[in-house]
Amino acid sequence: MAYSEKVVQYFMNPVNVGELPDPDGVGEVGNPKCGDVMKIYLRIRDGKIEDVRFQTFGCAAAIATSSMVTEMVKGKTIDEALNVTNKDVAEALGGLPPEKVHCSLLAEQGIRAAIEDYLRRQRGESPEPTGGSCFSHHEDEEGMESRAAD
Amino acid sequence: MDHSATTPVDPKVVEAMVPFFTEHYGNPNSLHGWGKEARSAMDRARGQVASLIGAEPKEIIFTGGGSEADNLAIKGAAWAMRDRGRHIITSAIEHHAVLDAFKWLGKNGFEVTVLPVDREGLVSPEDLKGAIRPDTTLVSIMFANNEIGTVQPIGELGGICRERGVLFHTDGVQAAGHMPLDVRSLPVDMLTMAAHKMYGPKGIGALYVRRGIKLTPLIHGGGQEFGLRSGTENVPLVVGFGMAAEMAAERLSKGEHEREAQLRDRLIEGVLSSVEDSFVTGSRTHRLPFHASFCIPRVEGEAMVLRLDFAGVAASSGSACTSGSLDPSHVLLSIGLPHELAHGSLRLTLGKDTTQEDVDHVLSVLPPIIKTLRDMSPYKKA
Repeated sequence: MAYSEKVVQYFMNPVNVGELPDPDGVGEVGNPKCGDVMKIYLRIRDGKIEDVRFQTFGCAAAIATSSMVTEMVKGKTIDEALNVTNKDVAEALGGLPPEKVHCSLLAEQGIRAAIEDYLRRQRGESPEPTGGSCFSHHEDEEGMESRAAD
Repeated sequence: MDHSATTPVDPKVVEAMVPFFTEHYGNPNSLHGWGKEARSAMDRARGQVASLIGAEPKEIIFTGGGSEADNLAIKGAAWAMRDRGRHIITSAIEHHAVLDAFKWLGKNGFEVTVLPVDREGLVSPEDLKGAIRPDTTLVSIMFANNEIGTVQPIGELGGICRERGVLFHTDGVQAAGHMPLDVRSLPVDMLTMAAHKMYGPKGIGALYVRRGIKLTPLIHGGGQEFGLRSGTENVPLVVGFGMAAEMAAERLSKGEHEREAQLRDRLIEGVLSSVEDSFVTGSRTHRLPFHASFCIPRVEGEAMVLRLDFAGVAASSGSACTSGSLDPSHVLLSIGLPHELAHGSLRLTLGKDTTQEDVDHVLSVLPPIIKTLRDMSPYKKA
């Protein structure tokens, strides 16, 4: 497995890391059992994402996609941000190894979840539970999974 | 710091091998001078590998690596004794070469019992006693585990098998050449070794088969390797393994394993005291001398390994993300680690050229890496 230079760059020097005080929307996706959890914080002014931060527990690809997606949606309107797909994130990173594509999906869903949380707050509704089941890039057939060097 | 995965080929080993690619290219099965030369090099290497573990040269079967040796031992013994019984026993933390061979036999007319391990990764002798039945023919339990470093009570486990008349195989790939190991004083019937774990070449291993034991070969043909592994011998690799084994024996006689154990303990103590909430996986006392493995809660293993790589440290992890599969390693789950902790596993394994400065370098770069990754994580200390 090899990461692109961009992935390595965003993993080693991620931007927009951390929490936002008093965020307007928060989304948390993933599951610690699967090894990646992404939490996105949004500050929204006049329908635009004025600031965005992330906190991620996960592999290099999970951290890089988190960082990249926050950079991509910053300054965008809500509708524009909702149009950012996992494919866009993966492309902006110069591609992802097949087994890491789910990380970019997590990034797309993280932004979506944070925006949905913002919209719910706007409507005065209570937040929904977060977290989910594990992703799999392929249903492992017996003996098909690759293994770490012993 | 990743010597469990593989080791560099020692220059002296390369030097010993080269003439057998160039000048001495004879087939050891030929009767002429070139053949005899190759034959005597094979004999010498067999002796070198045998004396590393206190075996007779005739008890050493060269194979294409550790996985093949495991397969030969397990399938070969199970098949040869299939009329006597079809129940075979192994443990939950074996290498896949063993586990998958058992799984395959389980689908082809054999009954498999997989023994659990405790939190340190140890197989209980009592469990083994309770699992052996009149139709049990073979037990395979690894000498030492590659992921958590735990060394099994092989003497006791093998002793139980001997008492009950059951063949006992052990995968010694991690242990051989790295800790004193003598089949004259151990009740072991078959033992697997791999050259590339002891500064020898890849693609060559050996199975020790105690005299008198009958196996069915995996590869039929010209009857090489006492009929147990047909095919023209790979003389250069065999010669390289021989040299690697001789040098390993020499290092052990000078106490290299004790030197490594001291460095290992310095590393373990250093990590435990500088990384909050970290703990050792496997046993502290029954442990490979060169092996340190940890669980670092709230950090994902692949992220750690990659950041360590950029700091000049080669490490490994049993997290799902390092393997491309969905689940963390079966070994970590078998010792009772929940998934979320198994993702934070870290293995550092030392070698003959590892110095105290190398260990101290790890201790200086690891804590800030962990801190950075934890600062990035939504999980805070409970």
